[in-house]
Amino acid sequence: MAEEVTSLNSPAARFNEETLIRRIREGEHELFYELIRPYERRVYSAALAILRNEADAEDAAQEAVLKAFKHIRQFRAEARFSTWLIQITVNEARMWRRKAHAHPVEPIVDREDAEGDYIPRDFADWREIPSETLERKEVREKLAEALEALGNIYREVFVLRDMQHLSIEETARTLGISSASVKTRLLRARLMLRDLLAPGLGGTWSTKLHFAKGTKPW
Amino acid sequence: MVVNCEQVWQEISNYLEDDVDPNLRIAMEAHFRECERCRSVLEGTRNVIQLYGDERMIDVPLGFSHRLQRRLEENIQPSRRSFLGWMVAAAATVLVAGSFELARSSVFSRPEQRSEHAQPGIGVPPDMMVVVSSDGKIFHVSGCPFIHDKAHVRTIAAREALKEGYAPCTRCMKKYLLAELNSPSLPA
Repeated sequence: MAEEVTSLNSPAARFNEETLIRRIREGEHELFYELIRPYERRVYSAALAILRNEADAEDAAQEAVLKAFKHIRQFRAEARFSTWLIQITVNEARMWRRKAHAHPVEPIVDREDAEGDYIPRDFADWREIPSETLERKEVREKLAEALEALGNIYREVFVLRDMQHLSIEETARTLGISSASVKTRLLRARLMLRDLLAPGLGGTWSTKLHFAKGTKPW
Repeated sequence: MVVNCEQVWQEISNYLEDDVDPNLRIAMEAHFRECERCRSVLEGTRNVIQLYGDERMIDVPLGFSHRLQRRLEENIQPSRRSFLGWMVAAAATVLVAGSFELARSSVFSRPEQRSEHAQPGIGVPPDMMVVVSSDGKIFHVSGCPFIHDKAHVRTIAAREALKEGYAPCTRCMKKYLLAELNSPSLPA
């Protein structure tokens, strides 16, 4: 992994990405996997965040990658390839969700007023994150469960901004909403996740205050 | 300017992105010093951004890469380029990439360290959430187009990034660096 990180982070790797795109456009199609390989995990996670189902996410991720290949000529050099790829993935996953109706029962949070103020429900102290926290599978599972508990509109914004590291403007463009809406939804998503996670991961369980609707994901 | 808890909660996300005006930032910082609950919300929200921004959060199913590669092979028509031609092109790419790397390590080694901007950014708000890549030397605002390797990044507070030896990006952190250079607290 360390070797891969080094190579990806170098100017040579960026140069290499541009070269790969040019060569694929010129007909060396078999190089396409090399181009998307560094981003395949991100593609999958973006699809999973939207579809919340591993099998659907994998299918949608594969479709998105194929679409990226088919439309590689439309990619413009001033954009980042990774951002372009994630935008295609998000569109594909959303289309997949509409077609499949994989989750007809919307999460509780979707029915709340999107523009209303969100008040933190839990004030459990959560000061420290040990660096090895994410090495623990159960912690990653708790985080994934909490993310799943968010309504679609909040999860999508959170995933694009905080997990895929798109800018506010890129997130807004990808989802077809205003930057102001991105900020509002991002605030709610972050605070809701904090409410969901602080009691468990903070190490002290709050007994005075309860999570929204009186439920916790674990 | 004085802010109450509700106002702090509504701005806490923007605060962590350094997307609040300076007066509000000062008022919020004063509030955090006094209010334990809001400090707890701040730390927790920062932890959320940091945890989910870490690439280790992403677990892909076993065999995902293999199945994706196979799907591409099934659907993508390979080019008719001759094997010899392909080898020549591959060797040329390796040579160019290698020479690029060599040039970077010898002529342009550690260019950031030569810049006065690379000095620890005292002007950067310490609470602001920034993005670093595992093998990079620079920290960025999330979404900065100059993040070299978006596939391997962590989101941490600016103070942590500075502590770990990262220097601020001269593009997305420009306003803090200029403020720092103009700061009267700097030695002459």
